Amino acid sequence: MVGRRILLEFVLLIFLPVIFAILVPFAYKKIKGIHTGWFVFLVPLVLFGYYLSFLPLVMDGGHASSELNWIPSLGIAFTSYIDGLSLLFTLLITGIGSLVVLYSVFYMDREKEDLGSFYVYLLIFMTAMLGVVQSDNTMTLYLFWELTSISSFLLIGFWYTKDKSRFGALKSMMITVFGGLMMLGAFILLSIMGETFSVRELIAQAPELVSQPYFTLALILLLLGAFTKSAQFPFYIWLPDAMEAPTPVSAYLHSATMVKAGIYLVARFTPIFGTSSTWIWLVTGIGLLTLFWGSFFAVKQTDLKAILAFSTVSQLGLIMSLLGAGAISYHATAAMFGFATYAAIFHLINHAAFKGGLFMIAGIIDHETGTRDIRKLGGLMSVMPISFTVAAIGSLSMAGLPPFSGFLSKEMFLESMVALRHFELFNFDTWGIMFPIVAWIASVFTFTYSLYFVLKTFMGQKKFDKLPKQPHEAPIGMLISPMILATIVILVFFIPNVVGKWIIKPAVMAIQPTLYANPSAIDIHVKAWHGFGAVGLWLTIGVIAFGTLLYLTIPKWQPLYRIQPDKLSLNEGYDALMRGSEKGLNRVSRLYMTGKIRTYLLYMFAFMSVSIIALLFIKDAFVVDMNSFSAITLYGSLNAIVLILSVGFVVFAKSRLAAIIALGGVGYSVALFFVIFKAPDLALTQLVIETVSVALFLLAFKHLPALSSHGETKRIKVVNLIVSLSVGVMVTLVALSSHSQKMIPSISKYYKDTVESEAAGGNIVNVILVDYRGFDTLFEIAVLAIAGIAVLGMIRLRVSRKEPNDENK
Amino acid sequence: MKKNDVILQTVTKIVFFIILTFGVELFLAGHNSPGGGFIGGLVLSSAFVLLYLVYDIETVHRGTPFDFKRVAALGVLLAVGTGMLSIVFGEPFLTQTTWLVDLPVFGETELGTMTIFEAGVALTVLGVVVTIILGISEDVE
Repeated sequence: MVGRRILLEFVLLIFLPVIFAILVPFAYKKIKGIHTGWFVFLVPLVLFGYYLSFLPLVMDGGHASSELNWIPSLGIAFTSYIDGLSLLFTLLITGIGSLVVLYSVFYMDREKEDLGSFYVYLLIFMTAMLGVVQSDNTMTLYLFWELTSISSFLLIGFWYTKDKSRFGALKSMMITVFGGLMMLGAFILLSIMGETFSVRELIAQAPELVSQPYFTLALILLLLGAFTKSAQFPFYIWLPDAMEAPTPVSAYLHSATMVKAGIYLVARFTPIFGTSSTWIWLVTGIGLLTLFWGSFFAVKQTDLKAILAFSTVSQLGLIMSLLGAGAISYHATAAMFGFATYAAIFHLINHAAFKGGLFMIAGIIDHETGTRDIRKLGGLMSVMPISFTVAAIGSLSMAGLPPFSGFLSKEMFLESMVALRHFELFNFDTWGIMFPIVAWIASVFTFTYSLYFVLKTFMGQKKFDKLPKQPHEAPIGMLISPMILATIVILVFFIPNVVGKWIIKPAVMAIQPTLYANPSAIDIHVKAWHGFGAVGLWLTIGVIAFGTLLYLTIPKWQPLYRIQPDKLSLNEGYDALMRGSEKGLNRVSRLYMTGKIRTYLLYMFAFMSVSIIALLFIKDAFVVDMNSFSAITLYGSLNAIVLILSVGFVVFAKSRLAAIIALGGVGYSVALFFVIFKAPDLALTQLVIETVSVALFLLAFKHLPALSSHGETKRIKVVNLIVSLSVGVMVTLVALSSHSQKMIPSISKYYKDTVESEAAGGNIVNVILVDYRGFDTLFEIAVLAIAGIAVLGMIRLRVSRKEPNDENK
Repeated sequence: MKKNDVILQTVTKIVFFIILTFGVELFLAGHNSPGGGFIGGLVLSSAFVLLYLVYDIETVHRGTPFDFKRVAALGVLLAVGTGMLSIVFGEPFLTQTTWLVDLPVFGETELGTMTIFEAGVALTVLGVVVTIILGISEDVE
C-alpha cells in the first residue's frame, strides 16, 4: 500500500468542528443580524473540500494516517487512519452535514429557537462522527462513539420542554449507551487477545485471534454495540422515538450518519470476525429480520417521520445483511459474495442520499402545513410541485425503481441473497432458501410503504381546510439541499461505475483487505440492464407487481396489524423493563434496608459468625492445645460463676434498673479477674470506670421510657438467639485456637528486660503506656477529650436547634 | 421535708482531701507501682463528683474557680507539649528522658519528662469526666 506524506496533521481536523463550536455562542449572541447557521455551514463545507483531496490516494489503494498522542503510557492515541471505508464515511458526514446545515438555516427560526445550543450540539456530533470513522485506536473510537450517543441525546431532546422529546432522548441514550458499553467490552477483550489497541494491528493478527478463547464473546459484544447503534432488531425501538428531534437532526443523525456508525463498525471489523460462522449468521440473519420487520411496520405508521424511521430501520437491516453475506467471501471464492459487500456500500451511499432528502421533505411538509399526520395530508402535488418531485425521486429510489440509484443497489441485493443459496457451509444449503424469500417479501413491503409515503401525501383529494396552515411551496433555500440529494440519486444511476471506481471499490478493499491487491482488482461492473435472463430483473418485476397490489389493498389488510396486541410490542417491553427494574430494585432494597439498626446488626453478626466459622472449618484451623492452659484456681472459678450469673441476669432482667445493677456486677467481677490475674492497674481503672459508667447509666435511666418489647415477635427472638449463640461460639473457637497456636513469641520479654535500664521505671504497664507507646496514650486522651466535647455539644446544640423552629411559628 | 445533710457534708470536707491525696499519690507512684495518670485522674475526678453530690453546683463553682473544660484542654496540650519538646532537642516525637536531681527535702530524686506527660493524661481525664457528668446533670435539671 502506498502512503502519502501530508503536511497538515489531519488528525486535528477531527476536532475542527468542536473547536468551532466554542465560537458559536459568541456568533449567536453578538451577531444578531445573520443566522448562526451560515457561520457553521463553512465548517463541513471546508472539511468536505479537504477530504476530497484524499480521493486519488485512496483510489490507488493507499491510505494516510496521522497521530496525536494522548496517553502514551497506555498506548492510547488519537490516530486518524483514512482508507476507502473511512473516506467514504467522512465524505458522507461532511457532505450531508453541509447540506443539513444549509437546510437548517431555513428550517430553524432565528428568533424562536435557541440556535446557539443547536449548532454547538451539531458540531460536537460532527466531531464525534468523524472520530468514529477515522479512529484507528479502539479506545478513542469508543470515546467518539459515546460522544455521538451524548450529542444525539442532546439533539433529540432539543425541545426539552416537550415530554416526548425527553422520553425519546432518554430511550435512545439508554439503548445506545448499553450497546456502547458492550462494545467497550469487546475492545478490551480484543486488546487482551491481540495486545494492542490499534485496529490495523488487530486485523493483521486476525488469523491468530480466531482461535483465542474470548473470540466469540468479543464478537457478540461488538455486534451488540453495532446493532444498538444501527437500530437493528430488537434494538431499533429508540429510532422511531428519536423522531421528536428537529427534522434536520433526524435527516442527519437518524438517517445518514449516526445510525450508520454500527454499519461502519461491522464493516471495519469484518476482516477480524468475518471468518466466523457466528458472525455471518448473526449479521445476515438479524439484518434480514430487521429489514422485514421495519418494512412491514412502516405501512402501519401515520406520522411521516415515523414511516421514514421504520424505513431507515429496514434499510439498515438490508445493508447489514449484505455485509454479513459479504463475509462469506472468506470461505467461498464465488465472486458473488465479494459482490455483496460492494452492494452494501453502494446501498449505503444511496440510502444516505435518498433518505436525507426524504426527511428534509417531511420537514418541509411539517413546516408548510403544520402537521406530519399522513391522514390529514393529501393533494399537495399541485401546491408543492418541487417538494413532490424530490419526494417522488427519493421514494422511488427507496422502492428500487429505475432510473434511480436504489434500483441498482436493490437489484444487487436481491441477487446476493439468491446467491446465498449456493453457499454450502454452515447449514446455508438447507436454510439458505429462506434468505431470498424473506428479502423479496421485505422488498415488496418496501415498495408499498414508499408508494404509501409519497402518494398519500401528495395525491388524492385536497383536505386543506383541516390543516393548521394554508400550504404553499417552501422557500427555495429550504429546497436546495433535498434537490441536490435528489440530483445525486439520479446521477448515480447513470454513472454507477464512476462512483464505484472512486469510492466504493476502495471501501470494499478496506473491508476485505486480504482478498484484493488493489481497488482496481475488484472486478465488478454495475449494469442497469442484465438482460432477461437475470434473476434480479424478474424479482424486481415481481416486487413492483405485488407491491402495487398491496398498496391498492391497504385498507383490506391493515387489520393484520391488530393481531399483535400493543402489550406485546417491543416498546412495551422496554417500558416494562425500565419500570420493572426500578420497582424491582426498590423492592429489593426495601426488603433488606428496614431502617432498623437491629436488622443491620443482625446481618453483620450473622455474616461475621458464619464466615469466620466457615473459615475455621475450611482451613482446618481449630486446634485446642490443653498443655498451653494454666491451672484452674478456686477463686477464678468462683468469680467466673459470679460473672456468668450476672451476665445471665443482665439478659433476662425484666426491669432496666436491675439490668444496670447486674451490669455493674459484671464490671466488678471483671475487675476481680484482673486482680486474680495480677493486673493491679487494670483492676484499679476498671473499678473506677465501672463506677462512673454505672453512675452515668443511672443518670440516663431516669429519662428512659419503660422497657418495651420493640415489637419483637417470638420468631425474631429465636433468630436473635441463634445469631448471638453463633457469635459466641465463633469468638470462643477463635480464642481457643489462637491461644493454642502461637506462631510468634511474645515481645514482652524485651519490656521486662529493659524497663529499668531504658525507661527508668518499675511499673511495666505504666511505662508502656507513657514511654514505649506513649503515642497511643496521647490519642486515647484525645479521644476522651473529643467525647467530652461531643457530650457537651449534643446537650448544648439541642437547645439551640429548637430556636429556628420557634421562629417558624 | 427539709434536708439535713450535716453529717454528709462534714464527712465530705475531710474525705475530699483524703481522696485528693490518694489521687495524687496514685499519680506520682505510677511509674514504679500500680497507678499512673489515668487512675490518678479518675480518682481526682471522683473527689470532685463527691463534692457536686453533696453540695449544689453553684457552691462548688464558687470554691473551684476553674473551668473543667479548660482543664481537659490543658491536659491534652501538656501531653502534646512533651512530645514537641523532644523534637526541639532533635529526638523523635515523644522521646522521654529522666534526670537524677538532689532535691532539698526529698533527697536524691529521679525526675522525668514522663511525669509531665502523665500530668497531661491526669488533667485530661479529670477535666473530661467532670465535664461530662456536669453537662449531663445540668441537662437533667
